[in-house]
Amino acid sequence: MARIAGVDIPKQKRGVIALTYIFGIGKSRAQEILKAANVEEDKKVSDWNDDEIGRIRETVGEYKIEGELRSEVQLSIKRLMDIGSYRGIRHRAGLPLRGQRTKNNSRTRKGRRKTVANKKKATK
Amino acid sequence: MARSLKKGPYVHYKLEQKVAQNTESGKKAVIKTWSRASMITPDFVGQTIAVHNGRQFVPVYITENMVGHKLGEFSPTRSFRGHAGAKNKGKK
Repeated sequence: MARIAGVDIPKQKRGVIALTYIFGIGKSRAQEILKAANVEEDKKVSDWNDDEIGRIRETVGEYKIEGELRSEVQLSIKRLMDIGSYRGIRHRAGLPLRGQRTKNNSRTRKGRRKTVANKKKATK
Repeated sequence: MARSLKKGPYVHYKLEQKVAQNTESGKKAVIKTWSRASMITPDFVGQTIAVHNGRQFVPVYITENMVGHKLGEFSPTRSFRGHAGAKNKGKK
């Protein structure tokens, strides 16, 4: 049980995979970090000794991760909204930004379906 | 796909001329343009540019944050007025 970069506690997994549990570290970055810290990728987190953990912490510290990264993303989104660009407007409206169709799908951006009452059927 | 760096940013040549003119003579007139694909370069900051959206010219005041975006991004071509039957809540 190792604590790296604040709250993240990756467990009995291989080093490369465990590091990807940190926001801002994907597989390639995890590989870079382990290489720089001189630890084998396949070594389980539980098998890391204090020395190795220390080196990994150090190298992880060189990247912008977790809270800092999240706030940067938020700031970029806010910038888009403030300058009134098309992408900013789409962010505000909660719709996809990159020209995808919105007739169907786009549920990730739009959220759960909101059913609108049926049109009245022509009676006769 | 991103544009080749070798070419530099695309700015319509006439638009470039007009911006240069404006900055020389101390800024004045609003520049009308149809060139929505032109990139906003740092020279544009402080100018007001009227960007055509297919129907009319939308005046855009250029700020520092907008550098690197295209003019068309600030001049929407569609106006969504809400769905039929949706009760007009607030905006029109």
